[in-house]
Amino acid sequence: MSAKRTAALVGNPNSGKSALFNALTGASQKIANYAGVTVERKAGRLTLPSGAPVELLDLPGSYSFDAASPDEAVTRDVVKGVFDGEAAPDVLILVLDAANLEQHLVFAQEVLELGKPTVVALNMVDLAERDGLTLDPEALSEALGVPVVPTVAVRRKGIAELTDAIAEARSHADEEAHTRWHLTLPERRLTAKHIARSAILSKSTRHTIENGVDRILLNPWIGPVILFGLLFVVFQAVFAWATPFADALEGGVGAISGVFSERLPKGLFRDFLVEGVLAGVGSVVVFLPQIVILFFFILVMEASGYMARAAFLMDRLMALVGLSGRSFIPLLSSFACAIPGIMATRSISDPKDRLTTILIAPLMTCSARLPVYAVVIAAVIPQTTVGPGIGLQGLVLFALYVAGIVGAMVVALVLRSTVTKGAASGFIMELPRYQLPRLKDLAIGLWQRAWVFLRRAGTIIFVATIALWVLLSFPKADPGESQLDASLAGAVADTLHPVLEPVGFNREMSLAIIPALAAREVAVSALATTYAVDAEDEDIAAEGVTAKIAALWSLPTALAFLAWFVFAPQCLSTIAVARRETNGWKWPTVMVVYLFALAWLSAGATYWIATAAGL
Amino acid sequence: MTLDVLDSGKPARIVAVDWAGLAEDEGKRLKALGVDEGAEIAVVHRGVFGGRDPLALRLGNMTIAIRRIHARAIEVEAA
Repeated sequence: MSAKRTAALVGNPNSGKSALFNALTGASQKIANYAGVTVERKAGRLTLPSGAPVELLDLPGSYSFDAASPDEAVTRDVVKGVFDGEAAPDVLILVLDAANLEQHLVFAQEVLELGKPTVVALNMVDLAERDGLTLDPEALSEALGVPVVPTVAVRRKGIAELTDAIAEARSHADEEAHTRWHLTLPERRLTAKHIARSAILSKSTRHTIENGVDRILLNPWIGPVILFGLLFVVFQAVFAWATPFADALEGGVGAISGVFSERLPKGLFRDFLVEGVLAGVGSVVVFLPQIVILFFFILVMEASGYMARAAFLMDRLMALVGLSGRSFIPLLSSFACAIPGIMATRSISDPKDRLTTILIAPLMTCSARLPVYAVVIAAVIPQTTVGPGIGLQGLVLFALYVAGIVGAMVVALVLRSTVTKGAASGFIMELPRYQLPRLKDLAIGLWQRAWVFLRRAGTIIFVATIALWVLLSFPKADPGESQLDASLAGAVADTLHPVLEPVGFNREMSLAIIPALAAREVAVSALATTYAVDAEDEDIAAEGVTAKIAALWSLPTALAFLAWFVFAPQCLSTIAVARRETNGWKWPTVMVVYLFALAWLSAGATYWIATAAGL
Repeated sequence: MTLDVLDSGKPARIVAVDWAGLAEDEGKRLKALGVDEGAEIAVVHRGVFGGRDPLALRLGNMTIAIRRIHARAIEVEAA
């Protein structure tokens, strides 16, 4: 056989499979989706002692071949070699949590029944020792009939021995598979119990630390306080720590623009590079620091085992709108930016729960809306107080956030009883053991998330911004005429305007929301351009816009604009990520249509009510 | 007695599970996690809101979260 050699990691969720995958492959990993499904395919290159490369797959964690989720179905089909477009792996590396041996041996027997060349990685032996367990790998190897290598993936222990065992098993890959006797589930459980007993040399009665820690973190009174305290810190960090980096990135993009503006001859190419490419992609890339910081916390929570506890604490509240605790963190992340939020929905195992969460994620008020809100509120809402310490401006901002959350809850309820209807919106999950995350695993995870985001910015967002630039730049304006007015975008705005006029929009607003499709905050600079506010500095431009809005917009019109931004999917990147995560255009289309409809209706309702109230 | 009314910390054994009363995938998931007739379990934690939902179960060396609606389908006896 000359076909490419492959190996695959299989095992229960929380067996430390991903850490082992990182240890075996380093950072040389490729992340994509399996063909036709939205299950993450993680592949990397493992180098055998002989120097021969093997493609190593990290299959989704699985409890059984009797699949209860799309992830488990992928694992089963790939392992059995019946997944379209995936070669059957030559060698299986079966990962078992040493401290959870009896439980993990149930699925292990199903894998071993296939008779494929298999190596067992007896992982997290350190945690087993912490719990007072002493294990006998040789007895286990004898009982299972395959080599067993003790490992501590997070500390990179046993990795060389494991690689040797994989190489050895690979040399038998061409032999006929000897399918073993098939056992029923109760029989497998019984066998698992016997094997686990024979492999455990001694077991002290030391209490696991989980019980003690959970008594605090899951305490009905203290638990939620700790969770919200933690979330407060996360959000502080996302907004405060990211600012210097975002400013630096912005400055960097500005400096490059400056160099190009100076060096290149004035003309179309320079405009394209500076106003199209750099301004467009730059406006998205400035979110990278926020995304990295947010994912740092998410990865730490996931790797330490706390994420499952947060889901446990929030499950009941999420159940009110037909979701489960697993949706909590992705939705929370969406307050920074819907892109990491939607990316984080991968931890939701139920496909309908996940889809619902993706569809409502854009309703969480992301940080790109803040510049728009800030400018409009400063322009039209008086700086008065409505109570001790409660300013009217702050109250309006708060109301906008609440409007997004309430909207999301209503939409979730509606979706759950229509398009994402399904009986199983339950919450069944393992609360994994606590573990100290390893820096290198965090770094690999962060790099992967950042790379996905940058690749988006470099491809689809890049193309979209260029298209927008073309729309905004052609045909060229006559002297004295505004470019935005003369452009194709202006023509689009003119066609759009009759639709938006009834909900209180003036022509400048209809114009501004077109470039704001690149990123919401671009609406501010677009308004600055239309009102011919000539200022290089963004802050001064914003001040100029505020003055213009205060002078030119009526209160109902301004409120309608705010209501529009609560709902409108004014973000091509979010739509692009939703397409990637749902594997097609169907759901992003549903999302865009319902969000624009909601935006129009809420802007309209706001405008009509405010006008009727004589504001 | 069903699992949802079992006192926290009391060890118990599962005597019957109403599989027909559970969604198919959820039944599969519970079985795969080892929640099945004969298993020895204890409720170790309960949620904060709405009838102290969900529940955290101790099963061997594992902790598993389930909702009350699942617990109601699980018949237990003191062990």
